[in-house]
Amino acid sequence: MTAAASTLALEIPWGVLLGAKVMIILTLLPLTALILGYVFLMKMMAHMQSRLGPMDPGGFHGWFQLIGDGIKFIQKEDVMPADADRRVFALAPMIILISTFVVYAVIPAGPRLVVEDLEVGIFFALAVSSLSVIGVLMAGWASSNKFALLGALRAAGQLIAYELPLVLAVVGVIMQAGTMSLQGIVGAQANGEIFGWGAVGNPFVLTQAVGFVLFLAAAQAELTQTPFDMPVAESELVAGYQVEYTGFRWLFFQMSEYATAFALAGIAATLFLGGWYVPGVEGTAADVLGPLVLFAKIMAISFVIFWVRFTYPRFREDQLQAMAWKYLIPLSLLNILVTGILKVVF
Amino acid sequence: MSYSEYSQSYLTIAVLIGAGAGMFGLMLGLARLVRPTRPQLDKYVTYESGSDPIGGWGQANVRYYIYALLFVMFDVEAVFIFPWALRVDSLGVFGLVEVGIFIVILALGLLYAWRKGVLRWV
Repeated sequence: MTAAASTLALEIPWGVLLGAKVMIILTLLPLTALILGYVFLMKMMAHMQSRLGPMDPGGFHGWFQLIGDGIKFIQKEDVMPADADRRVFALAPMIILISTFVVYAVIPAGPRLVVEDLEVGIFFALAVSSLSVIGVLMAGWASSNKFALLGALRAAGQLIAYELPLVLAVVGVIMQAGTMSLQGIVGAQANGEIFGWGAVGNPFVLTQAVGFVLFLAAAQAELTQTPFDMPVAESELVAGYQVEYTGFRWLFFQMSEYATAFALAGIAATLFLGGWYVPGVEGTAADVLGPLVLFAKIMAISFVIFWVRFTYPRFREDQLQAMAWKYLIPLSLLNILVTGILKVVF
Repeated sequence: MSYSEYSQSYLTIAVLIGAGAGMFGLMLGLARLVRPTRPQLDKYVTYESGSDPIGGWGQANVRYYIYALLFVMFDVEAVFIFPWALRVDSLGVFGLVEVGIFIVILALGLLYAWRKGVLRWV
Protein backbone atom coordinates (compact mmCIF):
# COMPACT_ATOMS: atom_id res chain seq x y z
CA MET A 1 0.00 0.00 0.00
CA THR A 2 1.38 3.43 -0.88
CA ALA A 3 1.93 6.14 1.70
CA ALA A 4 -0.80 8.24 0.12
CA ALA A 5 -3.32 5.46 0.50
CA SER A 6 -2.54 4.93 4.19
CA THR A 7 -2.90 8.65 5.02
CA LEU A 8 -6.22 8.58 3.22
CA ALA A 9 -7.23 5.55 5.26
CA LEU A 10 -6.35 7.45 8.47
CA GLU A 11 -8.68 10.30 7.60
CA ILE A 12 -11.66 8.13 6.72
CA PRO A 13 -12.59 5.15 8.94
CA TRP A 14 -11.69 1.85 7.31
CA GLY A 15 -15.26 0.56 7.37
CA VAL A 16 -16.64 3.63 5.60
CA LEU A 17 -13.94 3.43 2.96
CA LEU A 18 -14.69 -0.26 2.45
CA GLY A 19 -18.41 0.46 2.11
CA ALA A 20 -17.72 3.13 -0.51
CA LYS A 21 -15.42 0.77 -2.42
CA VAL A 22 -18.01 -2.00 -2.39
CA MET A 23 -20.69 0.39 -3.64
CA ILE A 24 -18.42 1.58 -6.46
CA ILE A 25 -17.70 -1.99 -7.59
CA LEU A 26 -21.42 -2.86 -7.31
CA THR A 27 -22.31 -0.09 -9.75
CA LEU A 28 -19.22 -0.53 -11.91
CA LEU A 29 -19.85 -4.17 -12.78
CA PRO A 30 -23.30 -3.81 -14.39
CA LEU A 31 -22.25 -0.47 -15.89
CA THR A 32 -19.19 -1.87 -17.66
CA ALA A 33 -21.20 -4.85 -18.88
CA LEU A 34 -23.79 -2.43 -20.29
CA ILE A 35 -21.15 -0.28 -21.97
CA LEU A 36 -19.52 -3.25 -23.71
CA GLY A 37 -22.91 -4.74 -24.58
CA TYR A 38 -24.15 -1.45 -25.99
CA VAL A 39 -21.10 -0.20 -27.84
CA PHE A 40 -19.78 -3.47 -29.21
CA LEU A 41 -22.47 -6.13 -29.16
CA MET A 42 -25.24 -3.87 -30.43
CA LYS A 43 -23.80 -0.97 -32.37
CA MET A 44 -20.53 -2.37 -33.70
CA MET A 45 -22.04 -5.73 -34.65
CA ALA A 46 -25.03 -4.00 -36.23
CA HIS A 47 -22.69 -1.95 -38.40
CA MET A 48 -20.28 -4.76 -39.25
CA GLN A 49 -22.93 -7.37 -40.03
CA SER A 50 -25.64 -5.06 -41.39
CA ARG A 51 -28.09 -6.02 -38.64
CA LEU A 52 -31.15 -3.79 -38.77
CA GLY A 53 -32.88 -4.83 -35.52
CA PRO A 54 -30.64 -3.20 -32.91
CA MET A 55 -30.43 0.01 -34.99
CA ASP A 56 -34.16 0.69 -34.88
CA PRO A 57 -35.69 1.21 -31.40
CA GLY A 58 -35.87 4.79 -30.18
CA GLY A 59 -34.62 6.45 -33.33
CA PHE A 60 -30.96 7.53 -33.34
CA HIS A 61 -28.86 4.36 -33.81
CA GLY A 62 -31.37 2.39 -31.77
CA TRP A 63 -30.32 3.94 -28.45
CA PHE A 64 -33.37 2.46 -26.70
CA GLN A 65 -32.54 -1.18 -27.55
CA LEU A 66 -30.62 -2.00 -24.36
CA ILE A 67 -33.16 -0.31 -22.07
CA GLY A 68 -35.93 -2.19 -23.84
CA ASP A 69 -34.03 -5.43 -23.36
CA GLY A 70 -33.72 -4.72 -19.65
CA ILE A 71 -37.44 -4.07 -19.34
CA LYS A 72 -38.10 -7.28 -21.24
CA PHE A 73 -35.88 -9.39 -18.99
CA ILE A 74 -37.33 -8.11 -15.73
CA GLN A 75 -40.82 -9.18 -16.87
CA LYS A 76 -39.83 -12.71 -17.85
CA GLU A 77 -41.22 -15.62 -15.89
CA ASP A 78 -38.67 -17.57 -13.87
CA VAL A 79 -38.97 -21.11 -15.26
CA MET A 80 -36.99 -23.94 -13.71
CA PRO A 81 -37.30 -27.36 -15.35
CA ALA A 82 -39.02 -29.98 -13.20
CA ASP A 83 -36.08 -32.40 -13.51
CA ALA A 84 -33.48 -29.80 -12.57
CA ASP A 85 -31.33 -30.01 -9.48
CA ARG A 86 -32.99 -26.92 -8.05
CA ARG A 87 -30.43 -25.61 -5.57
CA VAL A 88 -27.44 -26.09 -7.87
CA PHE A 89 -29.41 -24.63 -10.78
CA ALA A 90 -30.22 -21.50 -8.78
CA LEU A 91 -26.69 -20.99 -7.45
CA ALA A 92 -24.75 -21.46 -10.71
CA PRO A 93 -25.16 -17.89 -12.07
CA MET A 94 -24.17 -16.48 -8.68
CA ILE A 95 -20.84 -18.35 -8.69
CA ILE A 96 -20.07 -17.00 -12.16
CA LEU A 97 -21.06 -13.46 -11.16
CA ILE A 98 -18.93 -13.49 -8.01
CA SER A 99 -15.89 -14.85 -9.85
CA THR A 100 -16.05 -11.77 -12.08
CA PHE A 101 -16.94 -9.41 -9.28
CA VAL A 102 -13.85 -10.07 -7.19
CA VAL A 103 -11.45 -9.55 -10.12
CA TYR A 104 -12.53 -5.89 -10.24
CA ALA A 105 -11.11 -5.45 -6.75
CA VAL A 106 -7.46 -5.78 -7.75
CA ILE A 107 -7.36 -3.75 -11.00
CA PRO A 108 -5.85 -0.33 -10.24
CA ALA A 109 -7.28 2.75 -11.99
CA GLY A 110 -4.91 5.29 -10.42
CA PRO A 111 -2.17 5.54 -7.78
CA ARG A 112 -4.82 5.51 -5.03
CA LEU A 113 -7.80 4.17 -6.97
CA VAL A 114 -7.74 0.48 -6.22
CA VAL A 115 -10.05 -1.46 -3.95
CA GLU A 116 -7.32 -3.75 -2.64
CA ASP A 117 -3.80 -3.88 -4.02
CA LEU A 118 -3.00 -7.46 -2.97
CA GLU A 119 0.62 -8.62 -2.88
CA VAL A 120 -0.36 -11.53 -5.11
CA GLY A 121 -2.74 -9.37 -7.20
CA ILE A 122 -2.41 -10.91 -10.65
CA PHE A 123 -2.21 -14.46 -9.28
CA PHE A 124 -5.36 -13.81 -7.27
CA ALA A 125 -7.19 -12.34 -10.27
CA LEU A 126 -6.38 -15.33 -12.49
CA ALA A 127 -7.25 -17.82 -9.75
CA VAL A 128 -10.59 -16.21 -8.98
CA SER A 129 -11.62 -15.66 -12.59
CA SER A 130 -11.10 -19.37 -13.31
CA LEU A 131 -13.71 -20.23 -10.65
CA SER A 132 -16.35 -19.55 -13.29
CA VAL A 133 -15.66 -23.07 -14.67
CA ILE A 134 -17.37 -24.45 -11.58
CA GLY A 135 -20.43 -22.26 -12.17
CA VAL A 136 -20.62 -23.34 -15.81
CA LEU A 137 -20.39 -27.02 -14.90
CA MET A 138 -23.02 -26.54 -12.19
CA ALA A 139 -25.37 -24.85 -14.64
CA GLY A 140 -24.95 -27.53 -17.28
CA TRP A 141 -25.22 -30.46 -14.89
CA ALA A 142 -28.16 -29.14 -12.88
CA SER A 143 -30.24 -28.42 -16.00
CA SER A 144 -30.68 -32.17 -16.58
CA ASN A 145 -30.61 -31.42 -20.29
CA LYS A 146 -28.39 -33.22 -22.80
CA PHE A 147 -27.56 -30.04 -24.70
CA ALA A 148 -26.73 -28.24 -21.49
CA LEU A 149 -24.47 -31.05 -20.28
CA LEU A 150 -22.65 -31.20 -23.63
CA GLY A 151 -22.22 -27.45 -23.61
CA ALA A 152 -20.99 -27.41 -20.04
CA LEU A 153 -18.40 -30.12 -20.70
CA ARG A 154 -17.19 -28.35 -23.81
CA ALA A 155 -17.00 -25.12 -21.83
CA ALA A 156 -15.11 -26.79 -18.99
CA GLY A 157 -12.69 -28.46 -21.41
CA GLN A 158 -12.12 -25.16 -23.18
CA LEU A 159 -11.81 -23.00 -20.09
CA ILE A 160 -9.22 -25.26 -18.47
CA ALA A 161 -7.26 -25.70 -21.71
CA TYR A 162 -6.99 -21.94 -22.29
CA GLU A 163 -6.48 -21.18 -18.62
CA LEU A 164 -2.92 -22.49 -19.04
CA PRO A 165 -1.67 -20.15 -21.81
CA LEU A 166 -3.43 -17.29 -19.97
CA VAL A 167 -1.55 -18.01 -16.74
CA LEU A 168 1.77 -18.87 -18.42
CA ALA A 169 1.66 -15.73 -20.60
CA VAL A 170 1.53 -13.67 -17.41
CA VAL A 171 4.68 -15.32 -16.01
CA GLY A 172 6.87 -13.38 -18.47
CA VAL A 173 5.45 -10.09 -17.19
CA ILE A 174 6.02 -11.11 -13.57
CA MET A 175 9.63 -11.98 -14.39
CA GLN A 176 10.19 -8.53 -15.86
CA ALA A 177 8.34 -6.66 -13.14
CA GLY A 178 9.60 -8.74 -10.19
CA THR A 179 6.24 -8.40 -8.41
CA MET A 180 2.74 -9.84 -8.63
CA SER A 181 0.99 -6.72 -7.29
CA LEU A 182 -0.80 -4.95 -10.15
CA GLN A 183 0.24 -1.54 -8.81
CA GLY A 184 3.81 -2.83 -8.72
CA ILE A 185 3.55 -3.98 -12.34
CA VAL A 186 2.24 -0.57 -13.41
CA GLY A 187 5.12 1.03 -11.51
CA ALA A 188 7.67 -1.29 -13.13
CA GLN A 189 6.38 -0.27 -16.56
CA ALA A 190 6.38 3.42 -15.64
CA ASN A 191 9.98 3.27 -14.41
CA GLY A 192 11.20 0.94 -17.15
CA GLU A 193 13.59 1.92 -19.86
CA ILE A 194 13.89 0.82 -23.46
CA PHE A 195 17.64 0.69 -24.25
CA GLY A 196 18.24 3.46 -21.75
CA TRP A 197 15.41 5.69 -23.00
CA GLY A 198 12.72 6.03 -20.35
CA ALA A 199 10.50 8.94 -21.43
CA VAL A 200 7.37 6.80 -21.78
CA GLY A 201 8.51 3.94 -19.55
CA ASN A 202 8.45 0.42 -20.88
CA PRO A 203 4.97 -0.93 -21.59
CA PHE A 204 5.55 -4.69 -21.47
CA VAL A 205 3.78 -5.13 -24.81
CA LEU A 206 7.12 -4.15 -26.35
CA THR A 207 9.25 -6.73 -24.53
CA GLN A 208 6.51 -9.33 -24.03
CA ALA A 209 4.81 -9.11 -27.42
CA VAL A 210 4.47 -12.90 -27.61
CA GLY A 211 2.95 -12.95 -24.15
CA PHE A 212 0.48 -10.22 -25.13
CA VAL A 213 -0.73 -12.13 -28.19
CA LEU A 214 -0.98 -15.36 -26.17
CA PHE A 215 -2.90 -13.55 -23.44
CA LEU A 216 -5.39 -12.04 -25.89
CA ALA A 217 -5.95 -15.36 -27.70
CA ALA A 218 -6.47 -17.18 -24.42
CA ALA A 219 -8.74 -14.42 -23.11
CA GLN A 220 -10.87 -14.73 -26.24
CA ALA A 221 -11.31 -18.43 -25.47
CA GLU A 222 -11.91 -17.83 -21.76
CA LEU A 223 -14.75 -15.48 -22.70
CA THR A 224 -16.13 -18.08 -25.15
CA GLN A 225 -16.18 -15.35 -27.80
CA THR A 226 -16.73 -16.47 -31.31
CA PRO A 227 -13.85 -18.32 -32.82
CA PHE A 228 -14.01 -20.26 -29.55
CA ASP A 229 -17.77 -20.32 -28.97
CA MET A 230 -18.21 -24.09 -29.22
CA PRO A 231 -19.76 -24.32 -25.70
CA VAL A 232 -22.70 -22.07 -26.60
CA ALA A 233 -22.78 -22.83 -30.34
CA GLU A 234 -26.37 -21.78 -30.91
CA SER A 235 -26.80 -23.57 -34.23
CA GLU A 236 -26.03 -26.99 -32.77
CA LEU A 237 -26.35 -26.82 -28.99
CA VAL A 238 -29.16 -24.23 -28.79
CA ALA A 239 -27.25 -22.25 -26.14
CA GLY A 240 -25.17 -24.87 -24.35
CA TYR A 241 -25.28 -24.64 -20.58
CA GLN A 242 -27.64 -21.63 -20.71
CA VAL A 243 -30.51 -23.48 -22.43
CA GLU A 244 -32.78 -23.84 -19.43
CA TYR A 245 -32.20 -20.40 -17.95
CA THR A 246 -34.77 -17.63 -18.37
CA GLY A 247 -35.18 -13.98 -17.52
CA PHE A 248 -32.92 -12.51 -14.87
CA ARG A 249 -31.00 -15.70 -14.20
CA TRP A 250 -30.01 -15.83 -17.87
CA LEU A 251 -29.21 -12.14 -17.78
CA PHE A 252 -26.63 -12.86 -15.07
CA PHE A 253 -24.76 -15.15 -17.47
CA GLN A 254 -24.71 -12.41 -20.10
CA MET A 255 -23.76 -9.71 -17.62
CA SER A 256 -20.90 -11.84 -16.26
CA GLU A 257 -19.66 -12.53 -19.78
CA TYR A 258 -19.36 -8.84 -20.64
CA ALA A 259 -18.10 -7.88 -17.21
CA THR A 260 -15.43 -10.57 -17.50
CA ALA A 261 -14.50 -9.26 -20.93
CA PHE A 262 -14.04 -5.83 -19.35
CA ALA A 263 -12.03 -7.26 -16.44
CA LEU A 264 -9.74 -9.35 -18.66
CA ALA A 265 -9.21 -6.38 -20.98
CA GLY A 266 -8.42 -4.37 -17.84
CA ILE A 267 -5.84 -6.93 -16.74
CA ALA A 268 -4.33 -7.01 -20.24
CA ALA A 269 -4.18 -3.19 -20.28
CA THR A 270 -2.53 -3.16 -16.85
CA LEU A 271 -0.02 -5.93 -17.57
CA PHE A 272 1.00 -5.03 -21.10
CA LEU A 273 -0.07 -1.48 -21.96
CA GLY A 274 1.06 0.36 -18.85
CA GLY A 275 -2.31 0.52 -17.05
CA TRP A 276 -3.34 3.94 -15.71
CA TYR A 277 0.12 5.45 -16.04
CA VAL A 278 0.44 8.64 -18.05
CA PRO A 279 4.04 9.84 -18.57
CA GLY A 280 4.78 12.93 -16.49
CA VAL A 281 1.52 12.94 -14.51
CA GLU A 282 1.68 12.20 -10.79
CA GLY A 283 -0.33 12.45 -7.58
CA THR A 284 -3.93 13.62 -7.65
CA ALA A 285 -3.78 14.46 -11.35
CA ALA A 286 -2.95 10.80 -12.03
CA ASP A 287 -5.98 9.78 -9.97
CA VAL A 288 -8.17 11.89 -12.24
CA LEU A 289 -6.50 11.08 -15.55
CA GLY A 290 -5.69 7.44 -14.74
CA PRO A 291 -9.20 5.98 -14.90
CA LEU A 292 -9.83 7.72 -18.25
CA VAL A 293 -6.59 6.42 -19.75
CA LEU A 294 -7.26 2.92 -18.41
CA PHE A 295 -10.81 3.04 -19.77
CA ALA A 296 -9.55 4.06 -23.22
CA LYS A 297 -7.05 1.18 -23.21
CA ILE A 298 -9.72 -1.29 -22.07
CA MET A 299 -12.06 -0.14 -24.83
CA ALA A 300 -9.27 -0.53 -27.39
CA ILE A 301 -8.56 -4.11 -26.27
CA SER A 302 -12.28 -4.93 -26.08
CA PHE A 303 -12.63 -3.58 -29.59
CA VAL A 304 -10.08 -6.14 -30.80
CA ILE A 305 -11.80 -8.94 -28.88
CA PHE A 306 -15.20 -8.12 -30.41
CA TRP A 307 -13.76 -7.39 -33.83
CA VAL A 308 -12.37 -10.93 -33.95
CA ARG A 309 -15.68 -12.21 -32.62
CA PHE A 310 -17.73 -10.63 -35.38
CA THR A 311 -15.30 -11.58 -38.14
CA TYR A 312 -14.26 -15.22 -37.78
CA PRO A 313 -16.25 -18.46 -38.00
CA ARG A 314 -16.27 -21.02 -35.21
CA PHE A 315 -13.48 -23.52 -34.50
CA ARG A 316 -14.38 -27.20 -34.47
CA GLU A 317 -14.04 -28.84 -31.04
CA ASP A 318 -10.91 -30.84 -31.97
CA GLN A 319 -9.28 -27.82 -33.64
CA LEU A 320 -10.06 -25.80 -30.54
CA GLN A 321 -8.37 -28.25 -28.18
CA ALA A 322 -5.44 -28.78 -30.57
CA MET A 323 -4.88 -25.03 -30.77
CA ALA A 324 -4.43 -24.82 -27.00
CA TRP A 325 -2.41 -27.98 -26.35
CA LYS A 326 -0.28 -28.15 -29.48
CA TYR A 327 0.44 -24.49 -30.13
CA LEU A 328 -0.41 -22.02 -27.37
CA ILE A 329 0.87 -23.99 -24.35
CA PRO A 330 4.25 -25.04 -25.88
CA LEU A 331 4.67 -21.48 -27.16
CA SER A 332 3.97 -19.98 -23.73
CA LEU A 333 6.48 -22.39 -22.11
CA LEU A 334 9.05 -21.37 -24.70
CA ASN A 335 8.26 -17.72 -23.98
CA ILE A 336 8.99 -18.27 -20.28
CA LEU A 337 12.32 -19.97 -21.00
CA VAL A 338 13.44 -17.32 -23.49
CA THR A 339 12.44 -14.51 -21.12
CA GLY A 340 14.30 -16.26 -18.32
CA ILE A 341 17.46 -16.70 -20.38
CA LEU A 342 17.43 -13.08 -21.57
CA LYS A 343 16.73 -11.87 -18.04
CA VAL A 344 19.56 -13.86 -16.48
CA VAL A 345 22.12 -13.29 -19.23
CA PHE A 346 21.60 -9.52 -19.60
CA MET B 1 2.93 -5.50 5.29
CA SER B 2 1.81 -6.16 8.85
CA TYR B 3 -0.46 -9.02 9.80
CA SER B 4 -3.49 -6.83 10.43
CA GLU B 5 -3.12 -5.12 7.04
CA TYR B 6 -2.78 -8.52 5.43
CA SER B 7 -5.93 -9.88 7.04
CA GLN B 8 -7.74 -6.59 6.39
CA SER B 9 -7.09 -6.82 2.67
CA TYR B 10 -8.57 -10.32 2.55
CA LEU B 11 -11.47 -9.19 4.73
CA THR B 12 -12.21 -6.66 1.96
CA ILE B 13 -12.32 -9.51 -0.54
CA ALA B 14 -14.65 -11.49 1.72
CA VAL B 15 -16.96 -8.47 2.04
CA LEU B 16 -16.94 -8.11 -1.76
CA ILE B 17 -17.95 -11.74 -2.22
CA GLY B 18 -20.79 -11.15 0.21
CA ALA B 19 -21.82 -8.00 -1.63
CA GLY B 20 -21.82 -9.90 -4.95
CA ALA B 21 -24.10 -12.55 -3.47
CA GLY B 22 -26.26 -9.76 -2.04
CA MET B 23 -26.59 -8.06 -5.42
CA PHE B 24 -27.57 -11.38 -6.99
CA GLY B 25 -30.27 -11.92 -4.37
CA LEU B 26 -31.50 -8.33 -4.52
CA MET B 27 -31.89 -8.25 -8.29
CA LEU B 28 -33.69 -11.60 -8.36
CA GLY B 29 -35.90 -10.36 -5.52
CA LEU B 30 -36.76 -7.20 -7.44
CA ALA B 31 -37.54 -9.25 -10.54
CA ARG B 32 -39.82 -11.47 -8.44
CA LEU B 33 -41.98 -8.43 -7.59
CA VAL B 34 -42.47 -7.58 -11.25
CA ARG B 35 -42.50 -10.84 -13.16
CA PRO B 36 -45.61 -12.96 -13.76
CA THR B 37 -46.00 -16.53 -12.53
CA ARG B 38 -48.37 -18.69 -14.52
CA PRO B 39 -47.45 -22.31 -13.89
CA GLN B 40 -48.24 -24.80 -16.66
CA LEU B 41 -46.86 -28.33 -16.62
CA ASP B 42 -45.53 -28.07 -20.19
CA LYS B 43 -43.27 -25.20 -19.24
CA TYR B 44 -41.30 -27.38 -16.86
CA VAL B 45 -40.38 -30.05 -19.41
CA THR B 46 -36.69 -30.06 -20.29
CA TYR B 47 -36.16 -28.17 -23.55
CA GLU B 48 -34.47 -30.33 -26.13
CA SER B 49 -35.43 -28.59 -29.36
CA GLY B 50 -39.04 -29.71 -29.25
CA SER B 51 -38.73 -33.50 -29.06
CA ASP B 52 -39.77 -35.15 -25.82
CA PRO B 53 -36.70 -35.71 -23.63
CA ILE B 54 -35.78 -39.35 -22.96
CA GLY B 55 -33.99 -39.91 -19.69
CA GLY B 56 -32.28 -37.15 -17.78
CA TRP B 57 -28.54 -36.76 -18.04
CA GLY B 58 -26.83 -37.89 -21.23
CA GLN B 59 -23.47 -39.57 -21.55
CA ALA B 60 -20.32 -37.52 -21.78
CA ASN B 61 -17.23 -38.08 -23.89
CA VAL B 62 -14.39 -39.58 -21.85
CA ARG B 63 -11.93 -37.28 -23.70
CA TYR B 64 -12.83 -34.41 -21.38
CA TYR B 65 -11.59 -36.46 -18.43
CA ILE B 66 -8.16 -36.92 -20.01
CA TYR B 67 -7.92 -33.20 -20.76
CA ALA B 68 -8.76 -32.54 -17.12
CA LEU B 69 -5.88 -34.80 -16.06
CA LEU B 70 -3.49 -32.99 -18.41
CA PHE B 71 -4.74 -29.69 -17.02
CA VAL B 72 -3.96 -30.68 -13.43
CA MET B 73 -0.38 -31.50 -14.46
CA PHE B 74 0.20 -28.14 -16.11
CA ASP B 75 -1.68 -26.10 -13.55
CA VAL B 76 0.49 -27.44 -10.75
CA GLU B 77 3.49 -26.62 -12.94
CA ALA B 78 2.29 -23.03 -13.23
CA VAL B 79 2.04 -22.78 -9.44
CA PHE B 80 5.68 -23.88 -9.13
CA ILE B 81 6.87 -21.48 -11.84
CA PHE B 82 5.37 -18.38 -10.23
CA PRO B 83 7.70 -18.21 -7.17
CA TRP B 84 10.73 -18.59 -9.44
CA ALA B 85 9.40 -15.92 -11.82
CA LEU B 86 9.30 -13.47 -8.90
CA ARG B 87 12.96 -14.11 -8.01
CA VAL B 88 14.57 -14.62 -11.42
CA ASP B 89 17.32 -12.11 -10.76
CA SER B 90 18.38 -13.32 -7.33
CA LEU B 91 18.28 -17.02 -8.27
CA GLY B 92 20.31 -16.39 -11.41
CA VAL B 93 21.73 -19.18 -13.58
CA PHE B 94 21.07 -21.86 -10.94
CA GLY B 95 17.32 -21.11 -10.89
CA LEU B 96 17.16 -20.85 -14.65
CA VAL B 97 18.75 -24.30 -15.16
CA GLU B 98 16.50 -25.86 -12.52
CA VAL B 99 13.33 -24.41 -14.06
CA GLY B 100 14.60 -25.32 -17.54
CA ILE B 101 14.90 -28.97 -16.46
CA PHE B 102 11.47 -28.78 -14.80
CA ILE B 103 9.80 -27.37 -17.92
CA VAL B 104 11.56 -29.85 -20.23
CA ILE B 105 10.37 -32.81 -18.12
CA LEU B 106 6.78 -31.52 -18.28
CA ALA B 107 7.09 -30.82 -21.99
CA LEU B 108 8.19 -34.43 -22.39
CA GLY B 109 5.01 -35.44 -20.57
CA LEU B 110 2.95 -33.43 -23.03
CA LEU B 111 4.91 -34.92 -25.92
CA TYR B 112 4.22 -38.42 -24.56
CA ALA B 113 0.50 -37.68 -24.33
CA TRP B 114 0.63 -36.24 -27.85
CA ARG B 115 2.39 -39.36 -29.25
CA LYS B 116 -0.08 -41.60 -27.44
CA GLY B 117 -2.86 -39.88 -29.39
CA VAL B 118 -4.50 -38.26 -26.36
CA LEU B 119 -4.68 -34.92 -28.14
CA ARG B 120 -6.32 -36.43 -31.21
CA TRP B 121 -10.08 -36.09 -31.15
CA VAL B 122 -11.62 -39.30 -32.49
